[in-house]
Amino acid sequence: MARMTMIEAIREAHDAAMAADDRVVVFGEDVGFFGGVFRCTAGLQEKYGKSRCFDAPINESGIVGTAIGMAAYGLKPVIEIQFADYVYPAYDQIVSEAARLRHRSNADFTCPLVIRMPTGGGIFGGQTHSQSPEALFTHVSGLKVVMPSNPRDAKGLLLAAIADPDPVIFFEPKRLYNGPFDGHHDKPVESWKAHPLGEVPDGDEIVPLGKAAVRREGTEVTVLAYGTMVFVAEAAAQETGVDAEVIDLRSLMPLDLETIVASVQKTGRCVIVHEATRTSGFGAELMSLVQENCFYHLEAPVIRVTGWDTPYPHAQEWEYFPGPGRVGEALKKVMED
Amino acid sequence: MTSDTGPLSLNVPEPGCRPGRTPDFSDFEIPRAGAVARPPVDADPDLIRDMAFSIVRVLNKDGAAVGDWAGALSTEELHEGLRHMLLLRTFDARMLNAQRQGKTSFYMQHLGEEAVSCAFSRAMEPGDMNFPTYRQAGLLIARGYPLVTMMNQIYSNAEDPLHGRQLPIMYSSKEHGFFSISGNLGTQFVQSVGWAMASAISGDTRIAAGWIGDGSTAESDFHAAMVFASTYNAPVVLNIVNNQWAISTFQGIARGGVGTFAARGHGFGIASVRVDGNDYLAVHAVAKWACERARRGHGPTLIEHVTYRAGGHSTSDDPSAYRSRREAAAWPLGDPVERLKKHLIAIGEWSEERHKQAEAEVLDTVRAAQKEAEAIGTLTAGKVPSPRDMFEGVYETMPPHLIRQRQEAGF
Ligand SMILES: Cc1ncc(C[n+]2csc(CCOP(=O)(O)OP(=O)(O)O)c2C)c(N)n1
Repeated sequence: MARMTMIEAIREAHDAAMAADDRVVVFGEDVGFFGGVFRCTAGLQEKYGKSRCFDAPINESGIVGTAIGMAAYGLKPVIEIQFADYVYPAYDQIVSEAARLRHRSNADFTCPLVIRMPTGGGIFGGQTHSQSPEALFTHVSGLKVVMPSNPRDAKGLLLAAIADPDPVIFFEPKRLYNGPFDGHHDKPVESWKAHPLGEVPDGDEIVPLGKAAVRREGTEVTVLAYGTMVFVAEAAAQETGVDAEVIDLRSLMPLDLETIVASVQKTGRCVIVHEATRTSGFGAELMSLVQENCFYHLEAPVIRVTGWDTPYPHAQEWEYFPGPGRVGEALKKVMED
Repeated sequence: MTSDTGPLSLNVPEPGCRPGRTPDFSDFEIPRAGAVARPPVDADPDLIRDMAFSIVRVLNKDGAAVGDWAGALSTEELHEGLRHMLLLRTFDARMLNAQRQGKTSFYMQHLGEEAVSCAFSRAMEPGDMNFPTYRQAGLLIARGYPLVTMMNQIYSNAEDPLHGRQLPIMYSSKEHGFFSISGNLGTQFVQSVGWAMASAISGDTRIAAGWIGDGSTAESDFHAAMVFASTYNAPVVLNIVNNQWAISTFQGIARGGVGTFAARGHGFGIASVRVDGNDYLAVHAVAKWACERARRGHGPTLIEHVTYRAGGHSTSDDPSAYRSRREAAAWPLGDPVERLKKHLIAIGEWSEERHKQAEAEVLDTVRAAQKEAEAIGTLTAGKVPSPRDMFEGVYETMPPHLIRQRQEAGF
C-alpha cells in the first residue's frame, strides 16, 4: 500500500497490466516518450519498449480504428484520447465499430479495448477542455462506461477495464488528478497523499465494473454522483447538515441499480448530480430508473443538479460548475417536500 | 509462413534531439536563397512537383533578397512587416507574463513563427477569410485588429467581444477575416475549403486560407480538405505550419520518415510548395502567388511553411522535458525578426539604433494597450462578463428551458 495521486495510480494500473500480460499495448498522442500531457503513462515506454508504448499521430479516429484492429488481432490496447473533448473524430469508430464488433460477428471478432480520456471542468479549460460527454457513450449498446473518483478506484477500475473482454470507455475527472476537489475553488486543494482514498493497494487487485460505492451513509436523502461531483455532494451534505447518503456510481454502464434502489427506498428522497449538461444527460436515465423502481417510496420529486445546457464557458466556469452551493440548495429543497 | 521471413517489428519514428542530445539538423536540406524558380500562377501542378521537396527562400545569409521571388514588397511594406513581427513578439512576451502572474488562465505564443502569419496576412485582401489555428494571431495584428480587444479576449473581461466564453487566444473576427478558432484540431481546414467553394458557387471574388499544424495534418479532416479542394478546384490556400513539434511529438510522427508535408498534395493534384517560414519575404511572395492562383481560378495551393516553435507549446508545457534546450538556437533557418532586420540594414533602410527605438516604441504601444485592458479587468479581477452571457447565444432565441435554467442559476 502506498499513498499516491490519481495520475500515479493510473500509471500503476498500466504498469501492472503490462507486466502481467504482454498483449497490453498503450498508445495515444504524446503518450510515449513524454508519458502523456497529464503524465499518466510516464516511464512506460522506457520500461516496456517502443512497440508497447508509443506516440500516435494526432488522429483520434485513427487511434481508435487501429486499436480496434489490434484488439481483433488479439492484443489488448489501452489508448488515450488527450481530452474527452477530442473524442468526437473517433466517435464513428467507437459507436459503429468497437461497440458492435462482437454482436455483428457472432463473437468471431471481439474488441477488448480501453479508451481513456480526461473529462470534466474546473480547470479553466474553456469549451474544448472541459466537457463531460459520458451520456454519448452510455447510450450506445456494446460499450461499458466507467468514471473513478479517487486513486484507489482509478487503479482497480482500470485494471478491471483492461481485463474486460469488451470495449470500455474510461473517464478520468482531470480536476481530481492531483487531489480531491469539493468545488470550493477559493480554498487550497489538499493532495491525495493526505487522503485515505489515496491509499492504493499494490499489485493487480481489481475494483469490479458495475459496483457503486457508498461514500457517505445517511438516512434522509440519497445523492447519486460520480467523478468530481462525489466530493461536491459530500461537501454539500456536510455544509447543510442534511443526512445525505452519497453514492459514488463509479461505473455508469453496467450500473449498480441494486445499491441505488436500496438506498433510495431507505431514504425516500433522491438528488442526482453531474457536471454534464442537463438535457438528455445521464441524470435523465438515473431519474427514470429511480422512478421505475422506487416510485412508491419517494417522498419528494427527484431533483437534478447539473451543468447548464450551454457550452462550458471559460470565464463563468464557477457559475457553470455544479458546486456545493447549488447541490446544498437541492438538498434543502428536497427535504422541504 | 515461409521460413526466410524473420519476425516483424513495429517502426516508431524518433527525433534525434531528445534532452541531453546535441541538436543535429545536418539531414535537413536547405537550398540556397533564390534557387527555386517562380512559376507562373497558372502553372500545372504536375510540372512543379519538385517545389514540394525544395524550399522557396529569398533572404540569403548576408541579408540580400535574391532570385525570382524577390522584389514584391516596398521598403515601407518591409518596415511595416518588421513592426508587425515585433508587435506580435512583444505582445506574446507580455501576455505570457500576464498568465504567469495569474491574470489569465492560459496563453500560447508564436516565438520564432512570427513571419508566417504576419507576411501571409499581407497577401490577402479585405473580405478574404482565414481559418486559423491558435498560432496565427499575426493575421490579426497585421490587419490592425486592436491589441486592446485581443487582450480583453485573453483576460475574459467585461469588454471581451466573446463574453468570456472562449479560451484565451481563441479570437474571432469576421471583419478582420479571422474565423472563430476551435480547440479541436484540424476541423477548420476542411471548413476553409467549404468557404472557398461557397465563394465559387456564389460567383464571388473572395478566397479562403486554411491553417493547420504539422501534427494536426494527421487528422482525417486534413485529408478531407484535400479531397474537396482538389475535386472542386476550390479557391483556397491550404497552409501547413511545420514548426517541427506537436507538443512533445516531433513532426516525423505525423509524416513518417518519408516525403514532406507539402508532397501530400501530389496525390490530389494540388500545387504544393515549401517555403522558408522564417523568411518574411519568401512567405509573402509564396502567399501572394498562391492567393493570386486561387483568385484567378487556378485552384488550391498547399503551402508547407518550414519553421520552428522556439517557445513552449503553451503555458501548460515545458519543452525541456522532451527536446534539447539548445535545439531552438541550432535551428538553421534563424530568427525571422533578425533576418528581416538584417535585410533592411543591408539595403540601407534600417540601423541598430532605429531597431532599438522601434522595439521601445512597440513595447510602449503594447504596454499602453495592456494598461487599458487591465483597467477594464482580468480573469481574476475587475469587470468580468455577466454570467447571464453564458446563456446567451447558444441559440438565436433563447428557448424556454434555457430561460428556466438561467433563472435557476440566479441570473
Ligand atoms: C482533435 C484534437 N486532438 C488533440 C488535441 C490536443 N492538442 C492540442 S495542440 C496539440 C498539438 C498540435 O500540434 P501541431 O498541429 O503541430 O500544431 P502546433 O501546436 O505545433 O502549432 C494537441 C495534440 C486537440 N486540441 N484536438
